[in-house]
Amino acid sequence: MRWMKSIGAATIMLVLMSLTLSTFASSHKLVLTGSSTIAPLAIELGRRFESLHPGVRVDVQTGGSSRGINDTRKGVADIGMVSGVLKSAEQDLQAFAIALDGVGIIVHASNPVTTLTNRQIVGIFTGRITNWQEVGGHDARITLVNKAEGRSTLESFLAYFQLKNSEIKSHIVIGDNQQGIKIVSGNPHAIGYVSIGAAAYDAQRGVPIKLLTMDGVAATVANVRNGTYPLSRPLNLVTRLPPTGLVKQFIDFARSKQTHDLVEAQYFVPVSVD
Amino acid sequence: MSKLFVNKDKMSYLLRDLTIQVLIYSAIVCVSGVFLWILFDLIRGGSALLSWQFLTDVPRDAGRAGGISSILASTLLVLLIALLAALPISWATAILLTEFISAESPFGRWVRYSLQVLACVPSIIFGLFGYAFFSLYLGLGFSILSGGLTLACMLLPILVSTAEAGLRAVPESYRLSAVALGMSRAATLFHVLLPVAAPAWAAGLLLGIGRAAAETAALMFTSGYVDRMPESLLDSGRVLALHIFDLSMNVPGGDAPAFASALVLILLLLVINLVAMRFTYLWQRKKLNAE
Amino acid sequence: MIWWKHSISFLSASIDRWFSAALRIGALLAALIMLFILLFLLLESWPVLRHIALMRFFTDEAWHPLEDQYNLLPMVTGTLYASSGALLLAIPLGIASALFMIFYATPRTAVLYRRLIELLAGIPSVVFGFWGLTTLVPLINQWHPPGASLLASILILTLMILPTLALTSYAALVAVPKDYLQAAVALGLSRWGMIYGVALPAARKGIVAGILLAAGRAIGETMAVLMVAGNVVQHADSLFAPIRTLTANIALEMAYAMGDHRAVLFVSGLLLLLLVIALTIIAAWFGKTHHV
Repeated sequence: MRWMKSIGAATIMLVLMSLTLSTFASSHKLVLTGSSTIAPLAIELGRRFESLHPGVRVDVQTGGSSRGINDTRKGVADIGMVSGVLKSAEQDLQAFAIALDGVGIIVHASNPVTTLTNRQIVGIFTGRITNWQEVGGHDARITLVNKAEGRSTLESFLAYFQLKNSEIKSHIVIGDNQQGIKIVSGNPHAIGYVSIGAAAYDAQRGVPIKLLTMDGVAATVANVRNGTYPLSRPLNLVTRLPPTGLVKQFIDFARSKQTHDLVEAQYFVPVSVD
Repeated sequence: MSKLFVNKDKMSYLLRDLTIQVLIYSAIVCVSGVFLWILFDLIRGGSALLSWQFLTDVPRDAGRAGGISSILASTLLVLLIALLAALPISWATAILLTEFISAESPFGRWVRYSLQVLACVPSIIFGLFGYAFFSLYLGLGFSILSGGLTLACMLLPILVSTAEAGLRAVPESYRLSAVALGMSRAATLFHVLLPVAAPAWAAGLLLGIGRAAAETAALMFTSGYVDRMPESLLDSGRVLALHIFDLSMNVPGGDAPAFASALVLILLLLVINLVAMRFTYLWQRKKLNAE
Repeated sequence: MIWWKHSISFLSASIDRWFSAALRIGALLAALIMLFILLFLLLESWPVLRHIALMRFFTDEAWHPLEDQYNLLPMVTGTLYASSGALLLAIPLGIASALFMIFYATPRTAVLYRRLIELLAGIPSVVFGFWGLTTLVPLINQWHPPGASLLASILILTLMILPTLALTSYAALVAVPKDYLQAAVALGLSRWGMIYGVALPAARKGIVAGILLAAGRAIGETMAVLMVAGNVVQHADSLFAPIRTLTANIALEMAYAMGDHRAVLFVSGLLLLLLVIALTIIAAWFGKTHHV
């Protein structure tokens, strides 16, 4: 029985220790969590922000837009990263757009198809069109790459085409953009949809993928910029309360002109407020 | 003689033996072929980037450029925490189970059984547990500390079983002599048993380190993704295995550094394993001499 | 052996009690962790277990957690297909490797081959997954799209558990007393006769233990499978169909999950744990009934 008591004491000590430790966490620390589309940009933003404000540390954690919302609400994160417009249930949060990004349809570079209509896209994703021949390509079975449940890119895509995820007959389910790009680049008959920024970045580095023209509009950064590309979405930083102090400084910094080169380097479209 | 009496039956045996030999050899060729292919791929993909600078530079541009110094630092810190937490507990358990209580006592059986189950628990379950317990319940958040403690839970069974094996291998006559000399159990342990079992314990320790350094799933939700140089144990730190995963899945153009990081990780594990084998060898020699 | 220069009884016998108590605390902690894990999984999945009937995890139409459909069955079959397929491939190859090292190869080749296997045993699963993603999946895709499939995950899992199997079988076979084999040879048994009739039965316990160890690893593997399996939630109808395993499901969706969805993922973790515990119990029972 004696050891039972000691166990209790040890557990309590452990808890106390961790509590005191957590209060030591530096007050000059910004924690950002959320969308994996925004994370690479946020890391670069953080780095430049740190060099301008010595003694500040900006930590970026990926995990998806829902996590950004979740963590911000719970106060685990100072700033959440959310791609896409906030839903009606998420209006309790303050959103600040830092960039625009599109969701583009990608295929392998060797695929002769360069354009698809919305009807064809819906047909392919619901399994009515299963061969590239039906949309003007080679005679080959279409490999459909879909996003995992809960990803904001999936939600943008479904909302735009008015589909339900249960209707999509996918062959591969992926998490992040890069996984989709990898699979499409390794499979001449695959089709998927990813962040235009990520796709353009890779295509420019020689990865054999190309973005399809959707309903007559090319999926380019320029078309996202001038608003003609239909499937675009803002990349947001969100906070629970109106930002103050360091959080406000960071958000203002992220939306200022001095970060446009970072945004463009990730193939996103900068949004400017000043 | 056999040549004279080769009958039909014998022929069929020979044929069977030959067939099986061919099968086994082709299996070996197959296995080594595939494995050499993997090694060749990794070395070809990774050696171009691998340099001293790669090891000492911090990752830049989401890991596409720069090196892995901060990743290595986080990996070492997570390992350190895991070992600091796991070693006392597991070694105490091993000593208790072998030297102080009967293996068949209810407590002994219960401890042993739960460790047996723990050894089979998939690492992602440890990840879930660590996330729920250390990160959220204890409020450690995504930090090196919670990652290390999660790993510690995972390492317990392997550390206990290797330490136990080391102690059990010490000849019974040693214990009897110690008792005859009137030594206390604790004194016997420190003066007689541990020196003999030490190489086995060291080997187990290194095995544990190897296991921990390769772990990904348990750390995904506990120590997090931040690829910065950690400044305190409460900072999130990305470990090497997770870095490879992230580079290959989430970073456009991340293949080359992923290959190089994989190569670093394998070399690291190789060194650890070689040292572990050396200790095992020492231990076996010691055991033989003892007998 | 006793290298202490001063008194060998530096600890009095009465200290034993204290020492033993301290050890008990350690052991208790070690044993409690298992209970803790169970407790926390239950605690986190409780919200869903309370208002969703257990059967729904097996009878719902599909896995669409955002549309309130929580069928875990396709992922259970995915896990079972992938790990049993890998075992089917890896067991013969692993045992063949062990036999090769002991009975067929010259000592030099045997050592060389063992070093190779040991090297591979040290390769982390995420590296296998990475290799599978960059090499294997495109290859399978050329043969039969979409590439990321049950087959890819079986092959990657095979590579992962093969070293474990080969090394444990090797250890078990090496431990077979030499006189058994000599007696077999003296009786005029052929090489395979000796292996099949004497060596393998004598080493069976160790080999079975190795197989169970490998099965546990195959079922529990997350990252490597996540990278190559395709992750579509469905009952695989062919080797080329993509699958999702229970572990991959947790890793894939946990970061994004909220509310019920998150709790259901903990339920699937619980399910996985129970699967593994069942395996351990079977292993223990098997060990008792067949090998004492």
